[in-house]
Amino acid sequence: MNRENHRGFKFDWVIIIIFLLLVTFGWLNIMSASHVGEIESYFDMSLPYGKHLVFLGLTFVLIVLILSIEAKFYERFASIIYIVAMLALVGLFIFGKDVNGARSWYGIGSMTLQPSEFAKFATALAVAKYMSDLQTDMNTLKHQLRAVAIIILPAILILLQNDAGSTLVYASFFFVFYREGLQQIYLAIVLSTIVLAVLALKFGILPTAIVAAIIVFGIYFFRRKKRASLIQSVVILLICISFSSGVKVFYEHVLKPHQQNRISLWLRLEKDPLKLEKMKKEEAYNLIQSEKAISSGGFSGKGFLEGTRTTGKFVPEQHTDYIFSTVGEEWGFLGTTFVVILFVVLIIRILFLAESQKSQFSRVYGYAVASILFIHFTINTGMVMGLIPTVGIPLPFFSYGGSGLWGFTILLFIFVKLDSNKINEW
Amino acid sequence: MRKLLLLLTVITVGLLFIARLFYLQVYNEKAYSLYEDNAIRKVYNYPKRGYVYDRSGKLLVANQPSYDVMVIPREVGALDTLEFCSLLKITKEDFKRIYEKAYKYSPRLPSVFVPQLSKNDYAVLQEKMRKFDGFYIQKRSLRDYQTTIGANVLGDIGEVNRRIIEKYPYYKMGDLIGKQGVELSYEDVLRGVKGIKFIQKDRFNKNIGPYKEGKFDTLPQPGKDITITIDSELQQYGELLMTNKRGGIVALDPSNGEILALVTGPSYNPNILVGRGRSKNFTKLFRDSIAKPLFDRGLQAQYPPGSPFKVINALIALQEGVVDTNEKFTCRMGYYYGSRKLTGCHHHKSPVNMNKGISQSCNAYFVNVYRRIVDKYDDAGDAMNKWSDHAKSFGLGNFLGYDLQVGRPGRIPDGNYYDRAYGDNRWGSTYTVSNAIGQGEVEATPIQLANMAAAIGNRGYYYTPHIIKEIEGDTIPSKYTTPKHTTIDKRHFEPVVQGMFDVYNEGTASTLRIPGIEICGKTGTAENFMKIDGVKTQLTDHSIFVAFAPKDNPKIAIAIFVENGYWGSRFAGRMASLMIEKYLKGDITRTDMENWILTHSLENEYAKPYSGEPFKINKETTLQVVEKVQAPKNNEFNNDSSINPNQ
Repeated sequence: MNRENHRGFKFDWVIIIIFLLLVTFGWLNIMSASHVGEIESYFDMSLPYGKHLVFLGLTFVLIVLILSIEAKFYERFASIIYIVAMLALVGLFIFGKDVNGARSWYGIGSMTLQPSEFAKFATALAVAKYMSDLQTDMNTLKHQLRAVAIIILPAILILLQNDAGSTLVYASFFFVFYREGLQQIYLAIVLSTIVLAVLALKFGILPTAIVAAIIVFGIYFFRRKKRASLIQSVVILLICISFSSGVKVFYEHVLKPHQQNRISLWLRLEKDPLKLEKMKKEEAYNLIQSEKAISSGGFSGKGFLEGTRTTGKFVPEQHTDYIFSTVGEEWGFLGTTFVVILFVVLIIRILFLAESQKSQFSRVYGYAVASILFIHFTINTGMVMGLIPTVGIPLPFFSYGGSGLWGFTILLFIFVKLDSNKINEW
Repeated sequence: MRKLLLLLTVITVGLLFIARLFYLQVYNEKAYSLYEDNAIRKVYNYPKRGYVYDRSGKLLVANQPSYDVMVIPREVGALDTLEFCSLLKITKEDFKRIYEKAYKYSPRLPSVFVPQLSKNDYAVLQEKMRKFDGFYIQKRSLRDYQTTIGANVLGDIGEVNRRIIEKYPYYKMGDLIGKQGVELSYEDVLRGVKGIKFIQKDRFNKNIGPYKEGKFDTLPQPGKDITITIDSELQQYGELLMTNKRGGIVALDPSNGEILALVTGPSYNPNILVGRGRSKNFTKLFRDSIAKPLFDRGLQAQYPPGSPFKVINALIALQEGVVDTNEKFTCRMGYYYGSRKLTGCHHHKSPVNMNKGISQSCNAYFVNVYRRIVDKYDDAGDAMNKWSDHAKSFGLGNFLGYDLQVGRPGRIPDGNYYDRAYGDNRWGSTYTVSNAIGQGEVEATPIQLANMAAAIGNRGYYYTPHIIKEIEGDTIPSKYTTPKHTTIDKRHFEPVVQGMFDVYNEGTASTLRIPGIEICGKTGTAENFMKIDGVKTQLTDHSIFVAFAPKDNPKIAIAIFVENGYWGSRFAGRMASLMIEKYLKGDITRTDMENWILTHSLENEYAKPYSGEPFKINKETTLQVVEKVQAPKNNEFNNDSSINPNQ
C-alpha cells in the first residue's frame, strides 16, 4: 500500500476493516438478542436493533467529521475537551437521570446520553497531552501524581454516580504510564497488590503473610549484589501483611453485599452449599444463563436467529453487556474465537501503530486507546464466559447503545486520524 | 521490555479466552439436541394405546379416560378449602401436605394434586372447577379391562421409573409403560409413538410460541391392536377350576403353538391395578409371599415333573434302540439293584411291556429302560449327554422362547452335571435313576410340559408356544410359525401315544374319560419339601397331569399342576379332563366332576406349614369341602358397581 501517493489510502485500513466487521457483526447479534417474533423491518424503531442501526448511521457521520478535522486540533484542544467532559460528568449530579440506580445519563427527549462514555477519549487526550509535554518527566513523583490526577478525577466522578464498572476502565492507564517510563517498582507493586489481594481473600491473612515472608526473605538472601537492608525487608513484609488485612476489612465492611457475593462466587469462597445456592440464585443468575447459552452453541452454533436461549430471552441484558453470549449460542466456538481474534488483532495493530508514531502525543494516545479497548474487552468477555466477577461494562463496538458506540468510535478514529498524519510530523 | 508488557498481556488474555471458550463450547458440550434444550418446552401428545382381543375377537382390554386434578401453586387464589376437600374426598391435612409438596417442587409448574379421579367424582368436580383458581383437570388414558380374568396374561401398565427412563430415552417422567404380561411383551406395538410439539419458552417458563412454526413437530401414531391366542372362555373356566387351589394350567394348540389358556392360581382381578388403588393393591399383591399371586405358576413354577417325564424316557429308549416295545420287565413293587430297592412302585400286574409301563406308570419298567440308555455307551457321561440332547429337543431344560417375559429354564442334567457332582467317571446309571421317573435332577415348568405333550401329540415337532395371534397391520415373528423338530423319529411315537391313550382307557386316569373324545395323558405325582424353621419337611405331593386330545391331529395339549393336590388324577387329572371337554365340546357333560372340583378346596392344606404345629400329609389328610364356587356372569365386567378399583 503506497500511502504517500494516494490520499484515500493514508488511513490505516486494517483498523477500519476490523471496526466495520465488529460493528456489523455486533448489530446482527443485537438483532438476534432483541427481536421479538418475526423481523418485519430492520428500522423498527421500537426495538434495540432498529435504534442501533440509526446509531450506526450517525456513527459514520461522526467518523467523517473526525477524519476531516485537522489532526493538530486534537492535541491543541485536548485540555478543553477534557474540561468539557468533566463538566458534563459534574452536570449529571444536577441534571442527570437515574437508570437502574446509576445516575449516568442525560435525558434528551426520548434519547439518553451517557457522558462517561465520552470521558474516556477526553481523558486519553488529556493524558497524552500532559505526557507529551516536554517538561513532563514520568520519573518524578510530582509529575506522576499530576498524571494520576488527570485520570482520578473522572474515575471518582463516575464512581460517585454509582457506576463502579466504568471506573475500573481508568486503571488501564497504568499500561500507558508504564510504557512512558514509570519505574519498574510500580509494576512490581501492582502485581503484588493483585496477588496479595487474591491470596488474602482466598486463603486468609496468615497463609498470605507466610507466603509474603518466604518471598521477601528469599529475595533478601539470594540477591547478594543490590541487597536491601534487613530493616527494609521487614518493613516491606509489614506493609504486605497490613495490606492483606486491609483487603480483608475492605471486602467485609466496605463492599456492598452484591459486590461481596460476586467476588465470593468468583473465588469460590462460600463453602456452605445452601448459602452458595442462594447466592447463585441472587447474584449469578445472569452469569449462569450466559454460560449456558455460550456452551449450548457448541462448535458451530445454532445459526443466526436460531438461538433458543437467545430467542427465549434467558440471558437478561443480553443485547447490552451480555451480547457476547449471543455470539456464543448462535455462532458457536467459531464465532466467539473470531470475535476474540478480531479484538486481539485490533489492539495489537493499534499498539504497533502507536509505537511507530513520531510524536509522543500520538504514541501516548494510541497506547491509551489500546489499553482502554483491552480492558473493556477483557472484563466484558471474561465476565460473560465466567472468568471474571460480574462487572457491568459494554463490549466495544458490539454492545447496544448509542453513547458507548460513539464514545469508542471517537476514541478509535481520533487515533486513525493522528496515525494518518504521522507523515507530516517530524 | 516496556513496549512488550501490554502486547504480551493482550496475547495471553486472547489465548486464555480461546481456551476457556474451547472448554465451554467444544470440550464440555455434547452435540446439540432439541430434546435436551431447556429453552424449548416439549409437549407430548399421547396416542391411543392398542386394544387387546382374544382369539375369538372378544375385546379384553380397552382404554378409559382418567382425570387428574392438577395445581399450579402460584396461581391458587382464595378458596373454600372445606368444600374442595370434600369434593376430592381428602382431609384438610392432606390438602395442606400435598399443596406444600407441590409448592416446594415448583410454584410455577403444574403438579398432580389428586390423581385419577373416578368418573363420578370428576362429574361433580368439573362443574365447580371454575371456583378454584390455580387448579385444573388433566385427562389421561388408563386401561379399561373388559374382563376379570387373565391378569397374569394381560398384565398391566404403570408409570415408568428412573431406571427405564435412563435406558430408554423415549419415555419421560409420568409416561405409562407395560409392566407385566402382554402389556410388557408387546409394549412397542401397543403404545404407538407419541407426538411432540416444540414450544419456545422464555426465562419465566412462559410459552412464546411454536418453535420454528412447528417445523419439527410430529403427530402421534396410534398403538396397534393385538389379538392374543387366549380363548377367554377356556381361560375363565380354568381360573374358575383353580379357585381355592394353587397351581398352573397351560393349554396349547399343538398345531400352531398358540397358548389357549394360561391360568395361575391364585390370581387377581386385573381391574384392581387401574386407578387410584393401583399402588396400594400392587403392594399388597407383591408382599403376599405365601400365596404369591404375582408368581405365574404356569410359567415360573419349576418342579420335578414326575411320571409324565417317563414318556420321554420311553421315546429316547426307542430312538436309541435299547428296548423293544414288547420287551417286558418285572416289577416287584419297585426296582431292586441287588437286594437294595432303588425305587418303589404301586400295585399292578407284572411283568409289563412299554404300553402297560406307561399306562400303569410302572417305576420299575422305566428304571430298567433308563439304565439301558445310560449303560449303552462305555462312558456314562457320553450316554448322559445323548439322553440330555434328546430330552432337550422337546423344549425342556431351557427357556422355550415364548413371548411372555417371565419364566424358568427348567433343568435337564447332562454328563458334565454329574461329573461336577460326583467327579469324572465316578458315577453310573444307578446314581441317577431318579431321572427315569421324572424325579431327582429333572425339573420342568407347566408350559414346558404342555409343550412336551404337544410335541408328542404332533409325533415329533412343536411350534414355540406364543401368546400373540395377530398384530394389526403386521405379521407375528416367524419363530412362532416354524416348527421345531425333536430328535426322535416319527415312527417311535405311535406306541408311546398308544400308551398314553391307555392311561385313560385302562390306566391311572381311567375314571376321567370323556365320551366321544380320545384323550392321551399321563398322571404325575411329585414329592415336595419345604424348610420350616430350618427343618426340611415333606408336604403333600403335587398333583400333575399332562394330556393332549384328540389322539390323532390333536387340537389341545395341556399341562396342569396343582400344589399339594396329592396324586395326579385327583385334582390335575380331573381339571385337565374338564378343560379338554370345555375346549373341544364347549359344554360340560360331567357336572358331578365339575362340582367336585368347585367344592373342594386346598386352602387348609396350604395353611398347614404356617400353622406352627406338626401336621399330616398325603394319605392322612382329609379334603376341605367348601360351598360351590360361582362363575362370574359375563355382563358383570362392565358394571361399575360390582368392581370399584378405588376400594
